[in-house]
Amino acid sequence: MSEPVRITYREAVKQAIREALRDDPRVFLMGEDVGKYGGCFAVTKGLLEEFGAERVRDTPLSESAFVGAGIGAALGGLRPVVEVMTVNFSLLALDQIVNNAATLCHMSGGQFPVPVVIRMATGAGRQLAAQHSHSLESWYAHVPGLRVVEPATIDDARGMLGAALACPDPVIVFEPISLYNMEGELTAAASAVQLDGARIHRPGRDVTLVTYGASLWRCATAAEELAAAGIEAEIVDLRSLRPLDDATVLASVRRTRRCVIVDEGWRSGSLAAEVGLRVVEQAFYDLDAPVARVCTEEVPIPYPKHLEDAALPGPPRIVAAVRRLFSDAA
Amino acid sequence: MPREFRLPALGADMDEGTIVQWHVAPGSRVKRGDVVAVVETDKGAIDVEIFEDGVVREIVVPPGQKVAVGTVLALVEADAEVRVAPTSTAPAEGPGGAPAAPAASEPAVEAMATAPATVASRVKISPAGRKRAGELGVDIAMLHGTGPGGAITLEDVEAAGPAPSSAPAAVADLATAVEAPATDARAGMRAAIAAAMSRSKREIPHYYLSTTVDVTPATQWLAAHNAQAPVAGRLLFAALLVKALALTCRATPGFSGFHRDGRYEESPGVHVGVAVALRGGGLVAPAIMDTAQQPLSVLMEAFRALVARARAGRLRASELAAPTIVLTSLGEDSVDAVFPIIQPPQVAIVGAGAIVQRPWVVDGAVVPRQLLTLTLGADHRVTDGRLGAQFLARLAARLADPAAL
Repeated sequence: MSEPVRITYREAVKQAIREALRDDPRVFLMGEDVGKYGGCFAVTKGLLEEFGAERVRDTPLSESAFVGAGIGAALGGLRPVVEVMTVNFSLLALDQIVNNAATLCHMSGGQFPVPVVIRMATGAGRQLAAQHSHSLESWYAHVPGLRVVEPATIDDARGMLGAALACPDPVIVFEPISLYNMEGELTAAASAVQLDGARIHRPGRDVTLVTYGASLWRCATAAEELAAAGIEAEIVDLRSLRPLDDATVLASVRRTRRCVIVDEGWRSGSLAAEVGLRVVEQAFYDLDAPVARVCTEEVPIPYPKHLEDAALPGPPRIVAAVRRLFSDAA
Repeated sequence: MPREFRLPALGADMDEGTIVQWHVAPGSRVKRGDVVAVVETDKGAIDVEIFEDGVVREIVVPPGQKVAVGTVLALVEADAEVRVAPTSTAPAEGPGGAPAAPAASEPAVEAMATAPATVASRVKISPAGRKRAGELGVDIAMLHGTGPGGAITLEDVEAAGPAPSSAPAAVADLATAVEAPATDARAGMRAAIAAAMSRSKREIPHYYLSTTVDVTPATQWLAAHNAQAPVAGRLLFAALLVKALALTCRATPGFSGFHRDGRYEESPGVHVGVAVALRGGGLVAPAIMDTAQQPLSVLMEAFRALVARARAGRLRASELAAPTIVLTSLGEDSVDAVFPIIQPPQVAIVGAGAIVQRPWVVDGAVVPRQLLTLTLGADHRVTDGRLGAQFLARLAARLADPAAL
C-alpha cells in the first residue's frame, strides 16, 4: 500500500468482507438484515447487489437457528461469516457456539474442525440501552475451542477477518459499536495482519495500560493527559482475547513495573481480572504498585447519555487510577 | 517463615565477600545491630550487623566460603514466629576482646522491644523494590518510600543502593584477582581505592576552596580543658574539628548528602566520616554517627574506638557506608594543606593541614599564632564556590568559639 487511505472502521470491515467474498467462493455472509437492509450498522450495504442472494443471505430472527446453520456449513466445507447484531442477542446462540462450534473438533479427535467466523457488535456508547450495549467478551474468552478477537484499529478491522477465515477454529470477532464511525488511516496491508498477539499501541516507560476494543481510545486520551503531567503510559492493545498474549503484557509490565487494566466489561469475573492475575502470577516481583482495574460500573448499561458515560471506564477514571499508583506528589 | 539474612554490600564497589567467622549459631537470639559475622572484603575484615530481631535458625554459608553480595547467609526466625522463651545466649565475644552489647542480661528490655515490633516492623515495599534490595544488600528499614502510600519502590532502593561499579573499577578488581592471591587484602584495598578515586575524578567536577584559620583560641581552650580532665577524658583537636564540621553541615545544606542518578539528596542526619590511615598502607573513612548531636566527650570516645577498630580491620558495615561527608587530616608535623578527593556518592570533603605556629597580623601587630589551613573539596554539580566559601567561613567561625562546641 503506497499512500495511507482515510476510511471509517465500518468501511474497513466492509472491505474485508467484500475481499473475502471475492477471493474465496466458499465464503458467504449470513445474518439478520445483512442483505436488503444492508446490516443494522450498515456494514454490509451494497454487498447483496454485488454478490447476490446466494452469498449474502438474510435470515429469520432466530440466532440459534442461523448460527447453527453456519456451524453446519463450516462442517460441510464452506467458510461462513455469520453476523449477529449484538453480543446481547448472541446469548440465544450460546448453545450452538459453546456446545457445538467449540467442541466438535475436540470430540471428533480432530476430524471435524469448524472454521466458522461469527461477527458481533459489542459495547456501549450509542445510547442503545441495556439490551444492546453490553460487553460480554469475557464469556466467550472463557471457552476453550474458540478463538476470540476484537479489532480496535482501522488496520485490524480491515485485516483480522481474513486471518479469522484462514483459521481452522471457530473465531468470534467482536466489533465495538462505538467505533463504526471512527475514521482513521489504513496503513498495513490486510494480509500482514495476524489473528493472534497483543500490540503496543503507544510506548511509555511509567505504567502499562492493558486494554482492548473501544477502551483503547479511552486509554489513548488518558495517556495524553498523563503525559502532560509527566507520566508516560504504555498502551497494550490485547487484540486477541483468547488466547491472551501474556508475553507482550508481561514484557511491558516488567519495563514499567505498574499495570492498569481498562475493560469495558463488568469488573466481577472480567477479562481484567484474568489479565491482572496473570500479571500477579508471573510478574509479581517486578511490580512497584498493586495491579489496578478500571471497568464498567456494575449496572445494566443505562440509556440516558450522562449515565451511560458515567458507567463506562472513561479517561478521567483511567487517569485517576494511574495517579493512585504513584506517590501523592506525582 | 524465616527471614533471609543476605550479604550486604559493604562499600560502593564490593561485589563479593568471604565469611571469616560466625559469631552466632543456630538457636542464637539476635537483635537489630548485633554483629553476627566477620566478612573479609577488599577493605579488610568487616563486622556485619543483622537488621532484624529474631532467632537464628540456620547458617547457610559456612566460614571460608566466598559469596556474592545478596547471597543468603543465614535464616532468621522473626520474633513473632518464636513461641518459646529464648534459651540461647547473646552473640559470643569477638576475638577483638570488646564485649558485645549486653543483650542477654536484659530480658525485660528485650521483651518490651519485641512486642510492638511485630506490628511496626512490616516495611511497606513493592515486590520489585524488595527483590532489588535483596540483590543490592540494601537495608530496607533505612529507606524512605516515594510510592503509593509511602511504599518503597524499586527506584528508592536503587537510589540508596551501591552504585553499579563502573567498567574501570571492574577491570581493576579483575587485575587484582588475577595477579594477587585472594588473601592479599592490601592489594584488594589498593584496587578498591583506585576504583573509587578514579570514579570520583572521572564523574565529579571538583572545586577547591582554602582558608587559613587562627585556631589559637581553640588550642588554648583545649589545653585548659585537658589540664583539668583525667587522662581518659582528654580531647584531641580532631574532636573539635569533627563537631564544628558537623554543625556547619547542618547549617549549610549542599555538602552533607549523596549525588545519585543525576540528583543530589541532602542526608537527614550528618555523619562525618574520618579518614583513618592504616598501617601498611591504604585508608578507610568510617563514620561517627549523628555527629552534630554528640557532646565532645562522646565524639572523642567514638573517634578513638573507630581508629582502633579501623587499624584492627574490624569496622562495621554501617560505619563504612554511612558517611555523608568526610574529614581528612594528615596530622601533626605534616603538610600545610590537603586537597582531598571526594568519596562518591558524597559531594564534599574537608582537608585539614597541620596546626603550625606562624607570624600573623592581629590588631596591626605581627604576632606568633597557631594556624590551620582548611580546604573544602566540593561537587560543582551540587554547589557553587559562593556557597562553598560560606561553608568554610562558618566552619572557621565555629572553631573560633570552642566553648560552644
